[in-house]
Amino acid sequence: MNKGEYTPGREGGGKKIIAELRAVSKRFGDVLAADDLNLAIEEGEFLSFLGPSGCGKTTALRMLAGFEAPTDGEVLLDGDVVNKLDAHLRPVNMVFQHYALFPHLTVAQNIGYGLKQRRPRPSKAEIADKVAKALDLVQLKGFEDRRIWEMSGGQQQRVALARAVVNEPKLLLLDEPLAALDRKLRKDMQIELQNIQRSLGITFILVTHDQEEALSMSDRVCIMRAGKIEQIGSPQDLYDRPRNRYVAGFVGSTNFFDGKVANVSGSVANVTLGNGQDVTGEAVHDLHPGQDVTVSVRPEQISLSTKASDGSLPVTVLNRIFLGEHTEYLVRHDSLGDFLVLAPRLAELNEGPFNTGDVLQASWDAGAALVLENN
Amino acid sequence: MTQRTRNLLLLAPAGTWFLVMLIVPLTVVLVFSFGERGASGGYVPAFTLEQYANLPARWAAFKNTLMLAPIGTFAALVIAYPLAYYLAVLASPKWKTMLLVLVIVPFWTSILIRSYAWIFLLGGRGIPALLELIGIEGVRLINTPFAVLVGIVYGYLPLMVFPIFVSLDRLDKRLLEASSDLGATRIRTFLQVTLPLSLPGIATGSLLVFILLMGEYLIPALLGGGKVFFVGNALVDLFLQSRNWAFGSAVAATLVIIMLISVTLYMRLISKLGAQREDVSLM
Repeated sequence: MNKGEYTPGREGGGKKIIAELRAVSKRFGDVLAADDLNLAIEEGEFLSFLGPSGCGKTTALRMLAGFEAPTDGEVLLDGDVVNKLDAHLRPVNMVFQHYALFPHLTVAQNIGYGLKQRRPRPSKAEIADKVAKALDLVQLKGFEDRRIWEMSGGQQQRVALARAVVNEPKLLLLDEPLAALDRKLRKDMQIELQNIQRSLGITFILVTHDQEEALSMSDRVCIMRAGKIEQIGSPQDLYDRPRNRYVAGFVGSTNFFDGKVANVSGSVANVTLGNGQDVTGEAVHDLHPGQDVTVSVRPEQISLSTKASDGSLPVTVLNRIFLGEHTEYLVRHDSLGDFLVLAPRLAELNEGPFNTGDVLQASWDAGAALVLENN
Repeated sequence: MTQRTRNLLLLAPAGTWFLVMLIVPLTVVLVFSFGERGASGGYVPAFTLEQYANLPARWAAFKNTLMLAPIGTFAALVIAYPLAYYLAVLASPKWKTMLLVLVIVPFWTSILIRSYAWIFLLGGRGIPALLELIGIEGVRLINTPFAVLVGIVYGYLPLMVFPIFVSLDRLDKRLLEASSDLGATRIRTFLQVTLPLSLPGIATGSLLVFILLMGEYLIPALLGGGKVFFVGNALVDLFLQSRNWAFGSAVAATLVIIMLISVTLYMRLISKLGAQREDVSLM
């Protein structure tokens, strides 16, 4: 197919801002579902809203779609304020969480639904042609006349996607699109969604509570909590430089140790942990001595050894899970509590594998620990 | 107990009921319709088509029934749909249950008493008197087809509201958002999504009301004042007043046949509209 047909004209060089939230808030009765959201979405990017249920990510999406009007602030699409523009007039399409496919229409009629609403109405041949291309894109050629209930969950998901992209929207909104699929199918669809997004060049905005989904597909991830944006950045940014304890906990798995800042020099902070032990870590934000902080150390950055080294922590192995490439150990320190260690297979060539009950020394490189604000 | 005996046992009560209360009387009616009237009324066995040849004598009753039953059904549909839509889609959950109860409340009183109320309302001292106050004179409502129509729509409205309410209530509201998201205006969303998906409710409600209206007797008798009478009134007259059982049976048999034909045609139409949809399974 001619993939160029779906590609909206990109302006050469600098990326254009296709959608924007400016100080947007949304109140439902006493609940502040979205609290002063500020966000600029670039044309052609794949952005995810990530957060637990009730964090306001779906509200943000619904305000972009036009299903909710912001209580305060402005929603912009392509440079225009669209606060009062009805959903049916916005050049935005959505893939709904449970697909919301029309049960009384065939697959082809579902996909052609949006084209049929256009005025002047495209010719039947034109609609059929675009529907065929969209079906081809989602690999459902030959399913035109099927009924929705004759399709599997994964196929329905593809129909929902085709029904949205066929309209060549400026923004494609995806509300937990993969949540209803089983694990294997979800993996496949993640890759496919990314491929489709790249080949069409349409801006995708995904809402998900699944961190792996957000991190693996998006160019940028917007982490939300209680109606607020906690941090926006590339998946790697968020993983390496989380703004606070909440973000660090949400992106990948990590170990937290509570402590107090002893002193700060530049971006390096010395922290006294609960057990009186001093550790050094990278301060992601400005910290001041005496501040209560969290030291975050990723499990893969901790190594285990039978030999003690400077600053190493004596631990007991509580549990071992073999994961193939890695082995995951749950270890216990007398005063710091339990934490996870992920040992790559290569490391185990020298020492290990260890067994439950082994008494070992855990240590990490000075740069591996992040000192984070507590909220 | 074998599967077969169990099935038979399960079907036995309803089967017996049908046999005694439906098949036997219908057969009797059919047999009587080919008989003759006795000298002092009642039935004399015979085989003649004379009764059917006499049907045009009761043409007015058939005409009224065949006009007012479809019109009444349609009027009930037009009035019930917006109400059902409001209850199912727009009403807040807090009010929904109470409003639904209000729809049934009239059923707590006998239709006879409610129809007497309408006799007063439509009679000379009711609505016409009010109209006179604002200068509209000489309006006669009671004992007109309009009065009968008002009565039947009023009496059968809940039967139309409920099936439509159920189908609209079951309608996934996200479909309406999806339609709007895909560029459809509210009106087009209604015509392309809401209406087709509530078709099962419309079909069930219309069928229910239509069948009951075809056999209606009480409301025409009270609000039609002997001027607007249905086949049901003709039957009462034939069986109880003129004691012409044979002719009465012919009229009854004809009504049953007309209903069978119209209901079959109607179901065909509906299943065509529903185009083999899984969710349109009527009866």
